[in-house]
Amino acid sequence: MNTAIVQLSYLVATVLFIFALHWMNAPLTARKGVFAGVGAMILAIGATWIQPDIVHHGWIVLAIIAGILVGVPLSMVPLTAVPQRTALSHAFGGLAAGLVGTAKYYLWFSEGPEQLTTFRMVAIIIEIILGYLTFTGSLMAAGKLQEVRWIPQRPVTYPLQNLTNVGLLGLASVVGVALTLNPTAAWAPALFPVVILLALVFGVLLIIPIGGADMPTVIAILNSYAGLAAVAMGFVLDNKLLITAGALDGASGLILAIIMCKAMNRSFLNVLFGAFGQTQQAKTEGSQKVYKEETIEGGGQVLEQANLVVIIPGYGMAVAQAQHKVRELYDQLKKRGVSVKFAIHPVAGRMPGHMNVLLAEANIPYTDLVEMDEINSDMPQCDVALVVGANDVVNPAARSDKTSPIYGMPIIDADKARTVFAIKRSKNPGFAGIDNELYFSERTWMLFGDAKNVVGELVKQLSGSAVH
Amino acid sequence: MIESTDYWSLLYVFVLAAFIGLGVIRRVSRLLHTPLMSITNAISGIAVIGSIIVTGGDYPTGIRIMGAIALFASMTNIVSGFLITDRMLKMFKADRKPKPDDKS
Repeated sequence: MNTAIVQLSYLVATVLFIFALHWMNAPLTARKGVFAGVGAMILAIGATWIQPDIVHHGWIVLAIIAGILVGVPLSMVPLTAVPQRTALSHAFGGLAAGLVGTAKYYLWFSEGPEQLTTFRMVAIIIEIILGYLTFTGSLMAAGKLQEVRWIPQRPVTYPLQNLTNVGLLGLASVVGVALTLNPTAAWAPALFPVVILLALVFGVLLIIPIGGADMPTVIAILNSYAGLAAVAMGFVLDNKLLITAGALDGASGLILAIIMCKAMNRSFLNVLFGAFGQTQQAKTEGSQKVYKEETIEGGGQVLEQANLVVIIPGYGMAVAQAQHKVRELYDQLKKRGVSVKFAIHPVAGRMPGHMNVLLAEANIPYTDLVEMDEINSDMPQCDVALVVGANDVVNPAARSDKTSPIYGMPIIDADKARTVFAIKRSKNPGFAGIDNELYFSERTWMLFGDAKNVVGELVKQLSGSAVH
Repeated sequence: MIESTDYWSLLYVFVLAAFIGLGVIRRVSRLLHTPLMSITNAISGIAVIGSIIVTGGDYPTGIRIMGAIALFASMTNIVSGFLITDRMLKMFKADRKPKPDDKS
């Protein structure tokens, strides 16, 4: 009877998890998805806890309370810090999977060696390799995103790097196979930590050569690994709910990683082993080209007379904390009957969908946030494209210059607008170290300065000229 | 304690769940990819099941310490994942004016 209740609860939890993700397909139903997910999780915890095997309740209560005490503050971080929170969460997921796999192995080794079947050993080895590499890899990613001082921001490369990494993973697999074939040998418990150690080191080395621009992809890949580690745990524990929930998680990470790769015109292998931004030499031949500057007054007048203004935000906008000023500009223009849209590139921001959340926080209706593919057909009708803190995602070299490292990357066609205003802090090139032709185009006028100040001045200019 | 595991049915469950996942996630609005990621963080907290089994069983202390750390890590994911997802979703508004929900 008890088993039936437990299995039924797990089944209902699986259905609720699927609905939780299904409801994320539209902003109107998305919050229902959160409630479904919470319900599923409560069912899963309850059903596991009431099982007769569970006899020590004190430790469970303590660990849950500790988790809540750390979890609540972690959910209140500023939205610019969500990428590192997400990476940290993958680290926790990987750690949990790794520890449960380790505990199970030693438990079975001492109390029931016959339980260590080949199938289970394979699952345990996959679980701990994925778990521990996700743990250290995600900690590194979180450190890079948080800009922790002793973790290098720039990609770190050294000779034979890829060979070292592949060799390390290969070695871990070989030891894993040896353990799978002889799970109960006297030397097995001593060899087991070697796999753990190799996986931990591999996680660090995997992330070291990856630069900031590739972080959205890397976070998505680590998301997938954390899910697959949970799947492996399900195989180890013979638990179908772990398998289904882990598979949903793994599928989500995979799809997001594919979307990110497509948005940068790169492959998985290239992201993981390519060390982007390292080989690119800064070109100096562009030094003769001159920017055309526009004044705030002039910019304000042009904006005022436009029919359609498309604002193209990049992460620089968030760094300058300019979202709220941009919202004020949006309000001023809307008041004058100007149609204002935001063009969102999939990699604008530091994780998938980051820019949408940052703009939603500034109270900009999501109905005016338009995806790249949809806005591009409207760009020729656009009177003013206002580039705020974006660079590579509007660089026409991606379409035309075969020698450019970003060649082939889909971009927002800002250069097709009748007028382009680009706000830029300095005359230096962007993240990937590439000169941007857009800034030298005939139609482009630069507004130099801090994004928050420039947009703030534009708002003042517009509100000053308003007839009340 | 189940003596022999039905490996094949577990693998079927995995493959089918992965396809359902791919189908469902593909339809998620691009607007919501950050909340999607944080809700899947919370869902990956499902490792809580394995952690409870290891922590609460009648096992040696060393094993249960590992379980308790895993349980703490999973619980952190569940709590922070769901809370931050909801916090972000509350920010997404169709219009500044309150409007009755569209039934579509």
